[in-house]
Amino acid sequence: MIGWFGSPASETQITHGQRLWLYITSVITMILLVLPTFIVIPMSFSDSQYLEFPPQTWSTRWYQSYFNSPEWMRATSTSLKAATLTMLVATPIGVLAAYGLHASKLPYLRIAFVLLITPMMVPVVLIAIGAFYAYVKLQILYTMTGLVLAHTLLAIPLVVIVTGSALKTYDMNQENAARSLGAPRWKAFLTITLPQIKFAVIVSGLLAFLTSFDEVVIAMFISGGDNPTLTRNMFNALRDQIDPTIASISTLMIVLTTALMAIAVLAGRAGRTKDSG
Amino acid sequence: MAVTSIDTGMAERSNARGLRSDERLERWRLFGLSSPALLIVLVILLIPTGWLFFVSFIGADGSYSLENYERMITRRSYARIFQTTFQVSLLTTGLCILIGYPLAYFMSQLPTRWANLCLITVLLPFWTSLLVRTYAWLVLLQRQGLVNEWGMTLGLWQEPLRLVHNMNGTLIGMVHIMLPFLILPVYGGMRAIDRDYLKAAANLGASPARAFWTVFFPLSTPGLFAGALMVFILCLGFFVTPAILGGGRVILVSMQIVSNIELFVNWGAASALGVVLLVLTMMVLWIASRFVRLEQMTGGGAR
Amino acid sequence: MSDVKQDALPITVRGVTKTYGKVFALDDVSLDVRSGEFLTLLGPSGSGKTTLLMVLAGFTRPDRGSLKFGETEMIRKPPHLRDLGMVFQNYALFPHMTVAGNVGYPLKLRGVSKTEMASRVERALETVQLGGYGDRGIEQLSGGQKQRVALARSIVFEPRILLMDEPLSALDKKLRDRMQIELRHLHEKLGMTTVYVTHDQREALTMSDRIAVVNHGRIMQLATPQELYEQPANKFVADFIGDSTFLEVTRQGDTYVAAGVPLRTNRKIPDTRDLLLMLRPERVSLLEGDPGEANVFDATVSELVYQGESFLLYARLQDGTELSVRGAMRAGTFQTLPSLGDPVKLTLDPADTVLIEGGEG
Repeated sequence: MIGWFGSPASETQITHGQRLWLYITSVITMILLVLPTFIVIPMSFSDSQYLEFPPQTWSTRWYQSYFNSPEWMRATSTSLKAATLTMLVATPIGVLAAYGLHASKLPYLRIAFVLLITPMMVPVVLIAIGAFYAYVKLQILYTMTGLVLAHTLLAIPLVVIVTGSALKTYDMNQENAARSLGAPRWKAFLTITLPQIKFAVIVSGLLAFLTSFDEVVIAMFISGGDNPTLTRNMFNALRDQIDPTIASISTLMIVLTTALMAIAVLAGRAGRTKDSG
Repeated sequence: MAVTSIDTGMAERSNARGLRSDERLERWRLFGLSSPALLIVLVILLIPTGWLFFVSFIGADGSYSLENYERMITRRSYARIFQTTFQVSLLTTGLCILIGYPLAYFMSQLPTRWANLCLITVLLPFWTSLLVRTYAWLVLLQRQGLVNEWGMTLGLWQEPLRLVHNMNGTLIGMVHIMLPFLILPVYGGMRAIDRDYLKAAANLGASPARAFWTVFFPLSTPGLFAGALMVFILCLGFFVTPAILGGGRVILVSMQIVSNIELFVNWGAASALGVVLLVLTMMVLWIASRFVRLEQMTGGGAR
Repeated sequence: MSDVKQDALPITVRGVTKTYGKVFALDDVSLDVRSGEFLTLLGPSGSGKTTLLMVLAGFTRPDRGSLKFGETEMIRKPPHLRDLGMVFQNYALFPHMTVAGNVGYPLKLRGVSKTEMASRVERALETVQLGGYGDRGIEQLSGGQKQRVALARSIVFEPRILLMDEPLSALDKKLRDRMQIELRHLHEKLGMTTVYVTHDQREALTMSDRIAVVNHGRIMQLATPQELYEQPANKFVADFIGDSTFLEVTRQGDTYVAAGVPLRTNRKIPDTRDLLLMLRPERVSLLEGDPGEANVFDATVSELVYQGESFLLYARLQDGTELSVRGAMRAGTFQTLPSLGDPVKLTLDPADTVLIEGGEG
């Protein structure tokens, strides 16, 4: 152990001992990144109104209050529906756009790329009130269609960026090879390119899903009436008081996120092992 | 080489026209693949934003007027809101750099396998719901929350501190939310730095600290700049976290826009604020684009 | 597959031009590839050789020109309708498919039945000596094996034209030498019209029926390997293929003079004013005894290099030009050679006295 402190830690012969402060602060930062979120999980099983940690008496009452509330259930199903639809719309649209930008040699491509990632840069409040106005004109205010379209707008940059960067490392010669062997371009894309950027496409889809599922501000403006989303209801509840039911919903959302991340990792691994199998 | 008979010469000329149109057609066809995405951006973002711009010049009586902008200049409260917004954005960005840069550096020094493991601790919050994370901080920082409880148990302070529903809470929450946006591009940039540069510096007689500050740090600045810019831009338009953790005491531009509409139904005022916020954002991006490739900013999300 | 031979197609290229901005990647190129011929496009990087191959394959669209396979105009046909086999520089195998999946891919596109596909894939794999490898994954193969799979994939559908883009450049030297011979045999067996791109002159000399030397988007010379080496059309070709040094030639009445020596030659002299004498190191010798008809140059030894199977001697002429002499080496040869600073007489046989056009052509 003592030897380790004195051993060189980098190309510049600085020792691990001299860098101890870096290791300590880094570990603390990593703990602070992850822990605050996860501490909600045990708290959600507390019987108390004040969410103690560690809980003195364990209970599932906040889960019951969530699952027994028709209001929360309706909001959850709206959110899940919107997120799934957003994923199904944004992924193909975004993948096509990324491929088009990658393969076309038009001189205006940079402008198109910048346009496609602007939804990430523009303050979401502006998008929300803009969409509100547009939907009044298009008569799709407070509809699922409108919600999905607006969430698709937010998801497009993510899909374009993730898929685009996968295409950058992909060898387009493979697609050329397929074409020289007799495949029209679309078929070469479907049978050769798509299977190989599958991982990025799946990640894009999951990000699109999460983007929609987590979105608050736009939903505040354009998902109203009978169809509020889960996060919109949560947000409103949070502004008023700390309702412990939110802790149980948060726990479920963390579980959902972790599951989706696991899917992404597994998809990545499956993609890799299949090559050598 | 140009010894061709007259009829093949004609064939080449007519081919030239056909080839040109083929090329154009193919380019546009491929470009056309992005048209659904561009259409959505156009209809739901660009056109409505144009309309906001237009509405911002309409006064309360329905005629063209600059009153929405005049109000922003004359009323002290508006100046304070812009000041707060910039203050929060700058502080958040600065804190993110102070906390995130060392972590990114730490990860960049690890073997890839270990670094990927550490990266999960950055990616997990990145993927987790913003609202859930904000809620978690609300619970932790409240008067009877875990932080106050532990702090008093350890004897660090006697009275419960006001950690939330003010600037403190807002900053803590925002830094936590924004850290991944900074760390990912910085880390990506650091990974790309060839370690031989540092060996060369050491070989030329630079001390470790000098090698870091004169070689490594300058090479890592593009990633740092990109990450910091991303955080700053996102902070300028941030809404959810300050709205919850600020408890009404920290009012940012985006929150004022929402209350202008929700409480006062004043679209003109909201639009004018929105236009100014958008222009400020674009100005920051425009200035930054002279120093950094904007594509690099998105490097973080791509991982 | 032996019936492929009669089906080979000639390729006719006329006036093909491709510009990128103001740069000519291909400058009015015309070329005839004979039916069943192995033709190599040889040139330095950026010469346009790959661009020309990509025009043949349909991946690069030229500004103008005509391209015929047999009698059919192909220039505007998309790549998938050109029905030619192509081997890419880095193989471009599909990593998500097995070897059989890769080789069977073109057959699947052509609607070949499952049973026929299996037998044709196996036959193609046997042709490249990889029989029984069908179930392997691509990542399990060595570089040479990948190369063979790529080859099998490009010939399995019996195309009448085969294009290869530096297919051996990623292999180590030994394997490359063996694959050159193998490719040559394969071509003799299958007989398809083959266009091969390389920057390696030795590879080109080994494999080709004819070689087109490409530079600055133009074809400098199209000839058999032997013609190319013995009678290069210009300085660029002479320089690019084999080692050579050049001496300026002046004309004094009916005689040609280089470095003060009137030249005797029985080669044909190009009809141009700007002439150079080309000296290949292995054709220049050190004078022993009577020079006979040979041209003799006086020089001083400036450098002597031991190279194992041969020696390389640099000698400076009076005017300062440095020539090189390469000679075979036997035990003891090196000790008999003159030493640094010694005056030597270099001889060049009239049969090896080649005058070429100066300039880059």
